[in-house]
Amino acid sequence: METYALPDAFGHYGPYGGRFVAETLIPALAELEHAYQEAQRDPEFRAELHNELRQFVGRPNPLCHAARVSRELGGAQIYLKREDLNHTGAHKINNAVGQALLARRMGKKRVIAETGAGQHGVATATVATRYGMECLVYMGEEDIQRQSSNVFRMRLLGAQVAAVSSGTRTLKDALNEALRDWVTNVESTFYVIGTAAGPHPYPVMVREFHRVIGDEARAQCLELTGRLPDCLIACVGGGSNAIGLFYPFIEDKAVRMIGVEAGGLGLGTGQHAAPLTTGRPGVLHGNRTYLMEDEDGQILPTHSISAGLDYPGVGPEHAYLKDIGRAEYVAATDAEALAAFHRLCRTEGIIPALESAHALAHAFHLAPTMRPDQTIIVNLSGRGDKDIHTVAALEGIHL
Amino acid sequence: MSRLAGLFVQLQDAGRAALIPFMTAGDPSLTATVPLMHALVAVGVDAIELGMPFSDPMADGPSIQRASERALARGVKLRMVLEWVREFRMTNSHTPIILMGYLNPVEAMGVTLFAEAAATAGVDGVILVDLTPEEGRGEAAVLRQQGVDPIFLLAPTSGPERVATVRGMGSGFVYYVSLRGITGAAQADWTEVLQRVQDLRRQLGLPVAIGFGIRDAATVARVAVGADAVVVGSALVDQLAECMTDQEAIAAATRFIEPLAQAVRTTERRGV
Repeated sequence: METYALPDAFGHYGPYGGRFVAETLIPALAELEHAYQEAQRDPEFRAELHNELRQFVGRPNPLCHAARVSRELGGAQIYLKREDLNHTGAHKINNAVGQALLARRMGKKRVIAETGAGQHGVATATVATRYGMECLVYMGEEDIQRQSSNVFRMRLLGAQVAAVSSGTRTLKDALNEALRDWVTNVESTFYVIGTAAGPHPYPVMVREFHRVIGDEARAQCLELTGRLPDCLIACVGGGSNAIGLFYPFIEDKAVRMIGVEAGGLGLGTGQHAAPLTTGRPGVLHGNRTYLMEDEDGQILPTHSISAGLDYPGVGPEHAYLKDIGRAEYVAATDAEALAAFHRLCRTEGIIPALESAHALAHAFHLAPTMRPDQTIIVNLSGRGDKDIHTVAALEGIHL
Repeated sequence: MSRLAGLFVQLQDAGRAALIPFMTAGDPSLTATVPLMHALVAVGVDAIELGMPFSDPMADGPSIQRASERALARGVKLRMVLEWVREFRMTNSHTPIILMGYLNPVEAMGVTLFAEAAATAGVDGVILVDLTPEEGRGEAAVLRQQGVDPIFLLAPTSGPERVATVRGMGSGFVYYVSLRGITGAAQADWTEVLQRVQDLRRQLGLPVAIGFGIRDAATVARVAVGADAVVVGSALVDQLAECMTDQEAIAAATRFIEPLAQAVRTTERRGV
C-alpha cells in the first residue's frame, strides 16, 4: 500500500486539521512546531523522554489477557492494554510528559491546560511540579462538581484550578478559556493540550507522544500470540488514546480499528457526544473536523456519563480515518458503558475508567461474533477510581 | 469604488481617522439592533462592525462572550443578522458595514451563499477571527468575487512573512490587534503600536484599523493620531449590556460614543 504520511506540512489530514486560530497565536504555533520538530530529531530529547516514561510513568505497561471475560463471551480473546497502570492512572501522562519536556526545552516557565474528567489536568499538574513549572488548569464548573477528587489531586500537586463558567461549563469551554489565556500570555506560557485535536501541530504532536501505546501493544501482541491482533478498540472523546493505539497499525490493513464514541442516553435522543457517528465537518478549536453542531453552525451541548468523552469535536485524524474507511466509529450508551464497567470489575478484578468502559462495551458486543483464535486489543485508557462516586450515585449509594 | 475604500479616501482628505464601533447583533435585544446602528451613525461613527454571535468565541473576552451568549439565547441566526443589514441599508446607503465573527456559522450556511447574501444585504467587509489567510484563500476569493472585502487581522506577534501573506489577500483595511490578548483586555503601549501601524500601512498599501483595549475618548484621541481607523468594541458592548429597553440602549450608545466621535474629529492625523 501507499505509505501513510499525514499530516502534510500545514497539518492537514485530507480536508481536516489545519490551523484556525486568532492571528496572535500563529507565531506561537510556528514556534512550537519548530521546537517540536527539532526535539524529535534530537537523540538527547528522545532519550530523556524514553527515560521519563520508564522511570516516572512506569512504562512499558502490560498487555493483559482478559481470560475470564473472554471465556464467558465465548468468542475472540480480549487483551487489555493497561494504560490504567501508568502513574496518575491514565494514558494522559504520556503526552503530558512529552509536552512538558518540550516546554522546558523552550524555556517556558508556566504551563496551562484544559481538562474534562481531570485526568489530563492531573497529568499536567504532575509533570509541571516535577519539572518546576507554574501550572494553571482550566476546568468547567460542571466538571469540577463531577470530578471533585481530581480537582483536589491537582491542588495537592500545587496546580491552580480555574473554574470556567461560560457556555456549557464543560470541556469545550475550558478549552476556549485556555486558548484565551494563551493568546494573552503567549510568550511566557506553554499550552499543554490534552487531546489529539486543536491547531497544528497539536494533533500530530499528541499522536506521536501517545504512539508508544500502539508500539508497545504491537510488539506485546506478537510476543504473546505470535501474530497481529484482528481488531483494536478504543474510546474516542477527542481521540488521543485511540490515535495512540491505532497509529502504529495504520498500514496493517488486516487489523480492524474501531473507535467508540459516547452514545449518552442514545443517539436518537440528541443527548450524547458522538460527532463522528452523527455530526458533520466544521471548524472549532483551531481545526476542521467532525462536530456536533446545529444547522446554524452553533456548537451543541453534549452529554456523556464520562466527563472525558463529553466533547463536541474530535481529533482531525479520526475524521480522516473515518472518511477513508480505515477506521470505524461506533457509539456505546451510558447504560452499555456502565454494564461493561461492572462486568470488568467482576470478571477481571479491574475497575476501568468510565471512558474506557465505552471501548469495553463494544468489545463485549463484538467478541462473541468472532472466533476464539482471534484477538481484540482494548485500550484500557484509565483506571476507574475517579468514577466511583459517579457510579455509586447512579445506584443511589452515598459514599 | 467600494464603500470602505471610499470612506478611507474621504477621511484621508479630511485628515482624520475613522471611528468604528463594534456591537453584537441581537444584543441587548432583537429589535434594538437596527435602531442602534442608525443612532451610532447619527452620533458620528464612520462605519459599524456587527458581531455575528457564535457559541464558542475563543478570541473574545467576557464582555463579547456574554453578549454572544445572550444573542444566541434570543434566537439570533446568521440570516437575521443579514436581514438587519438589509433593513439598515433601506435608509442608509453610505455607512460601511463590516460583519465580524467566526468561520463555523458561515460554513454552516455555505460560504458562497453567505457571500452572495452578504453582498445583496449591503455588507462591505467580513472579518472571520479564526480564519487565517493560509486557510482562507478560497473564502477570501469568494467574498471578493461578490464585492465584499475579506479583512484579515495582524498582531504584534506577526512577523514579516505574515504581513506578506496578508498583503496578497486582504482588502478594505487590515485590523491590527493592538495587544496580545482577547477583546476587552488591558491597554497597550500606544507609541509602539502606532509605530508598527505606520510600518504596516506602508508595507500593505491598505488602511490599518486599531482595535483591542480602546475604552474611552482619551485613548481614541491617542490612537487616532496614527491609525486609519479606531475600533471600540467591549466598552460599548458593556454599556449596552445593562440596558433594559431599546430606548435606554440607544441613549446609552449615543452618550458613550459622542465624545469618541468628537475625539476622532478633533485629532489631526500626523503619524506616531
